[in-house]
Amino acid sequence: MFGFLEKLRQSGVVGMNQRNADFILRYNKRSLYPLVDDKLRTKYLATASGIAVPELYGVIEIQHDVASFPDIVKDHEDFVIKPAHGSGGNGICVITGRLNNRYRQSNGDLLTEEDIEYHVSNILSGLYSLGGQPDQALIEYRVKFDPLFETVSYRGVPDIRTIVFRGIPVACMVRLPTRMSDGKANLHQGAVGAGIDLMTGRTTHAIWQNYPIEQHPDTGATISGLAIPHWYKLLTLAAQCHDLVGLGYLGVDVVLDRELGPLVLELNARPGLSIQIANRRGMSRLLEKIAKLEEIPAAAADRATLGQELFLENQT
Amino acid sequence: MRKLHLYLLAFILCLAGLGLAYYKAAVIGLPLTASEEAQVWNIEARISFRAKPDSAIKVTLPLPFNPAGYSILDEDFVSADYGLAIEQDNTGRVARWAKRRAQGKQLLFYRAVLFENEEVAPKSDAAPVYPKPPEYPENLAPVIQGVLDKARQQSADTISFTQRVIEQLNAAASIPELKLLVKHVSRTRNLAKTLSWVLAGARIPSRVIRGLRLQDDKDYADLEHFLQVYDGEQWRTLNIKDGQEGLPSNFIIWQIDDDRSFSIEGASESGIQYSVARTLQETVNIAGFRSAEKGSHLMDFSLYSLPVHTQNVYKVLLMVPLGALVVVFMRNIIGIRTFGTFMPILIALAFRETELFWGLILFSLIVGLGLLLRAYVEQLKLLLVPRLAAVLTMVVLLMAGVSVIMHKLGFEMGLSVALFPMVIMTMTIERMSLTWEEAGPAEAFKQVSGSLLVAVIGYLAMNISEFQYMFFVFPELLLVLLAVILLLGRYSGYRLMELWRFRAFARNKP
Repeated sequence: MFGFLEKLRQSGVVGMNQRNADFILRYNKRSLYPLVDDKLRTKYLATASGIAVPELYGVIEIQHDVASFPDIVKDHEDFVIKPAHGSGGNGICVITGRLNNRYRQSNGDLLTEEDIEYHVSNILSGLYSLGGQPDQALIEYRVKFDPLFETVSYRGVPDIRTIVFRGIPVACMVRLPTRMSDGKANLHQGAVGAGIDLMTGRTTHAIWQNYPIEQHPDTGATISGLAIPHWYKLLTLAAQCHDLVGLGYLGVDVVLDRELGPLVLELNARPGLSIQIANRRGMSRLLEKIAKLEEIPAAAADRATLGQELFLENQT
Repeated sequence: MRKLHLYLLAFILCLAGLGLAYYKAAVIGLPLTASEEAQVWNIEARISFRAKPDSAIKVTLPLPFNPAGYSILDEDFVSADYGLAIEQDNTGRVARWAKRRAQGKQLLFYRAVLFENEEVAPKSDAAPVYPKPPEYPENLAPVIQGVLDKARQQSADTISFTQRVIEQLNAAASIPELKLLVKHVSRTRNLAKTLSWVLAGARIPSRVIRGLRLQDDKDYADLEHFLQVYDGEQWRTLNIKDGQEGLPSNFIIWQIDDDRSFSIEGASESGIQYSVARTLQETVNIAGFRSAEKGSHLMDFSLYSLPVHTQNVYKVLLMVPLGALVVVFMRNIIGIRTFGTFMPILIALAFRETELFWGLILFSLIVGLGLLLRAYVEQLKLLLVPRLAAVLTMVVLLMAGVSVIMHKLGFEMGLSVALFPMVIMTMTIERMSLTWEEAGPAEAFKQVSGSLLVAVIGYLAMNISEFQYMFFVFPELLLVLLAVILLLGRYSGYRLMELWRFRAFARNKP
């Protein structure tokens, strides 16, 4: 066991305690958390600085307004309902279409208007929010993901998670929903995570339930070697998000829309550590190197390049 | 820099905590373990009687008054709604209970806890006044004179004189001349008083002392009487039955020359029983008593200065930080996931009352039934807060139901289910059913068993009686605990569970 401990340390894996003590507590100011914990504020901030996000159809803030739900979605065939303060993908309801008076959910279930309104009520009363405080429900554009991922996802929307440290992209992975994750893109709920080479934007290894895999468990398609389009643009976008909220240690979730390109889905002040397993590479050496940097380029594009350079250095 | 600050702070806390504890243990002499116990005597006087209708009740009971060689650690009166007055003067102390009206059988208790304390010396008595010979009744005067004359012939000093008198009076029944005196004795029912009265005829100062022999598990119907005579220098004690000198060992003197005795007005079938039992008590209790007795303020600022009820509360509260340390350790070093941060401690506190086995059973029962009901309520599509309130109501009803059913089935432990923190139970049910829905039953069970595991370990840690004792007597040790928690707060190494999580790294070299 101690040999393994040594191996872990050598591979530079960041543990939960180190993440909390050395990075989150030190680089993320508490006062900035609301900017990312409230997806509505993130969305407004992003829109104001010209960062592409899924279009907001409407917000339901109080119980009384739940009745206005049909009004908000009347012009949209499909949409997503999510809590403004949700975490871990909980409380997100994806409607892919309609059938008569019912709404078809991404997993194929048909929901009545009452079902959806109950879900919205639950969101408002804080069922999915971090501290259980009253919440808001966001109704927004449903991303039509890039055909690239068609073969490697089972329902739901795959997204690309980037860890951005002091504005520099450090590690990326693409999270692919599975039958087990019920369309959600969270690894602990059963989604597949695939590491990405920061230089080329190609997927490398994949893990599922902490085990390395080659093929998607539901579709059987090979996961590695997929080239993600707009890669450099995507990295720059992630780096830009640092300027948006000022958090030193940030997780950026981006989705690729087949028409609109990369859209920032949400930001995370406490991004998870599984990204290291997906990349089969610990982050701690890279993070420590960046922590020691005295000067960091101001332009997001330069930081994206710096991230690629550091990634290459760390490879060898 | 930040690390140095932390280490320095932890060091100072440790130093302060350990230093203060060392001072209290070494200099003040507080025992380090609870096992250091001293023997104490519990004395109980149980008064029972039947109240006469329509008459006021007055009960008089003499109480021990600065008994030589003993200290009264604690005493209390159990007397329901009787008025109680304690009168104290130079000769002694009595308790007077009174009630205007009572019905049926009545019980009154006096309890005292005594410990042997050589430092309490017998009161040095001033030389008594030599009594004048009393005016004996005409028919008794010659008899008594005969007794005294006979004793004088057969004795050399006050003691032997008294012993002769005692012998004669004890043998009085078989001596025809003394029949009258015997009658008198049996009328007053008090040999010791009679002796004293007879001795006064020879101008010998004497007095009656009353008390109890302290023997474990003994009951007495009355206090035992001894006679003391003054031999010109000091009071000497004589047994009134055989004239032997000296008090038995372990004898507590209740009253000295105090005529007031146990009496009841307005009652019938009255009786009194004195019970003696020996128990052990923590030395620390006696140490506190002693230091207070000596006028030291040492224990004034300890938790022992609080009322007993509050003390018991603190005995529990002081263990909570230890439970918190267990939670910190289990979460940050081991990496076990729990429902809520400190929910396991609250469950562990409930386990203290229910005992572990029943605690686990009752917890599983309530949470299991709660989950079923929660699943039913789910269909009604209630808003969050009303739903929580509904689940809470059902949890309370479940607890009441479990208590009643267990009681009927004869499992008395079922009653302690009421000690579970119901709000915490409700939140556990709610969060568990959410986790169940979102992450599946496996994850829900993983978290609930993690919580229970931490609760059990916390319970076991908090139930170590050595720790309970140490933290109560040396609360400053909590500073050391605080230092440990602070240091753990900067632990940034791997958690034990992460070795499993990142096991993929073990297979392929980076």
